[in-house]
Amino acid sequence: MRKPRGWRLLGLIGALALVAGACGGDDDGEGGAFRIAVVAPSASNDLAFSQSIVDAVNAIEDEMGADAIEIAITDATFVVEDAAAAMRGYADEGYDLVIGHGSQYGSFLPELAEDFPDTAFAWGTASDTFGLDNVSAYTAAADEGAYVQGIMAAMLSTSKKIGVVGPIDVGDASLYVQGFVNGAESGGAEVAVAFTGDFANTTLAAEAANAHVANGADVMTGTAQMVVGAVGVAEQQDVLWFGTQSNQTSLADSVVVASQVYKWEVVLSGLVDKIKGGDLGGESLEINLANGGLVIEYNDAFDLPADVRQAADDAVAALIDGSMDTGL
Amino acid sequence: MSELFTETAIIATLAAALRLAMPLLLAGLGEMYGQRSGVLNLGVEGVMLLGGFFAYWTTLSTDSPWLGLLAGLAVGLIMGLLNGVISVTLQAQQGISGIGVFLFGLGLSDLLFQKIVGTPRLIDPLAQIEIPLLSRIPVIGDFAFNQRSIVYIAFLLVPFSIWVLNKTTFGLNIRAVGENPAAADSLGVSVARTRYVTLTIGGLLAGAAGAGLVLTTGTFQQNFTAGLGFIAIALVYFGAWRPIGVMLGALLFGFVQALVTQLKALELIPVSQQDLYNMAPALITILALVAVSQRFQAPTALTKPFSRGG
Repeated sequence: MRKPRGWRLLGLIGALALVAGACGGDDDGEGGAFRIAVVAPSASNDLAFSQSIVDAVNAIEDEMGADAIEIAITDATFVVEDAAAAMRGYADEGYDLVIGHGSQYGSFLPELAEDFPDTAFAWGTASDTFGLDNVSAYTAAADEGAYVQGIMAAMLSTSKKIGVVGPIDVGDASLYVQGFVNGAESGGAEVAVAFTGDFANTTLAAEAANAHVANGADVMTGTAQMVVGAVGVAEQQDVLWFGTQSNQTSLADSVVVASQVYKWEVVLSGLVDKIKGGDLGGESLEINLANGGLVIEYNDAFDLPADVRQAADDAVAALIDGSMDTGL
Repeated sequence: MSELFTETAIIATLAAALRLAMPLLLAGLGEMYGQRSGVLNLGVEGVMLLGGFFAYWTTLSTDSPWLGLLAGLAVGLIMGLLNGVISVTLQAQQGISGIGVFLFGLGLSDLLFQKIVGTPRLIDPLAQIEIPLLSRIPVIGDFAFNQRSIVYIAFLLVPFSIWVLNKTTFGLNIRAVGENPAAADSLGVSVARTRYVTLTIGGLLAGAAGAGLVLTTGTFQQNFTAGLGFIAIALVYFGAWRPIGVMLGALLFGFVQALVTQLKALELIPVSQQDLYNMAPALITILALVAVSQRFQAPTALTKPFSRGG
């Protein structure tokens, strides 16, 4: 049974009150349900990073059945200390799997995992399990779908100038950007990359997009939750957009061509099975095109030329069979 | 580097500088009114977030960015009055209560967004307005007189604020209350009422700043202000508590940020160095703040609650 839990810092410290809305389940789950807790840095419906993990646990719930699983989610924990407290709380409450969905959470995870050796932890995007048997790391081969989208972008661009709006050059954001650049450049396009230095700053994302458009870009992409600002510019300026992490078509169906969607459930459902069997993990997991963890979802409302779609399908097949690589 | 000096790049950079200066200018001017009357409000960021959310939600519901702006102003007004209750009536420690207002705005705006709106959606931004004749001036017309209305409003508030502070009785009262509230009180000036009004103006402008951000980008995201409210407070010190100084600070910050963004878009800053350059606006603001703030003195009664006979 799904039991969403929101811990939001609401209120006034000192003169005002700190309000945290919470509703939780009993410590042992309901009827032996498998209990998963997710702690994510941004809103659970951000159409980007955090939504991808929420969609994944929801997919696992669909697969296992609502009575067999209990899910708790704490989102908007952009302060690492808040995330640490939330994850510790879940571990203390006896959750079977506690997921820290942010590479920044690695700073406290080893200590936490050692304090709760009987609890399974997973974190990402990362590949380091710290040598602990109860820590799994998960990451995305984000460069793969990015490379495919880069090929499409180059074919769709008439100016042959493409703009990329990134947050900080780390983790899967870095992989996505590099993969997209390589794909677009393989198609003869010139790609400019602007990292804003922030994951949430929609204003800077919008201004980076404005700068790209001013410099002639007619296709753009970007990653992290702040890209909604850039998508807004793309829609206003009628510039094509490629999304990643979650399907961003609903944001601007007039300009979004396709999105690389993360399907974390592909690896997490296997991890759940292991934990149920007594193995707490301790391995590094990856979603990619081959295992179906990465999927290119197209915007049906966008009239994608057949040759572009064919080139994308060919690239996906070639990346899966190994006859093509992203150059990374 | 020659790409940076093309007409297109220059116009794009300067237009972005004005856009980026807009929220800082609005919030900074609002904060300046409060500080000139002796009240420090560290909750600007929280009010911006709430103003931004209600502007976004109202625009999403009505398809009218102007109604959205009004909603942002209304929320700012309420938060300004609340701040007055906390700082003036209850005489709370201003620094701590301001942080409380910030956290309240941060949490409530996110909670309301999650519960009322859910998945991000785009809204219609305020339209760009070409000022007749002026927009035809080469280069200057393109970047300065082809902006969204909120940008014009922000910059028009600078001469208006200069006039209010220096040429009106109300402005004289603000300065008197900020420098020597006891003397002002002895002359019949209501310290409490003056501070309530300045805090309400500050709330209005902080709400407008948040609304302006939302209504230029056409979207809302949790914590979308990303520290701009705190930078606006710093700019009041940078600007020596004067409207023109606040404007210069906002322009400096906005220009450096726009320039760095343009340099990245033109591939003149390698990706490997971009994180370093992202610190430039804040770094330059801090350095300027240190250099300038030592030459000017803050309002004498700043952060000091006033009570008769106290």
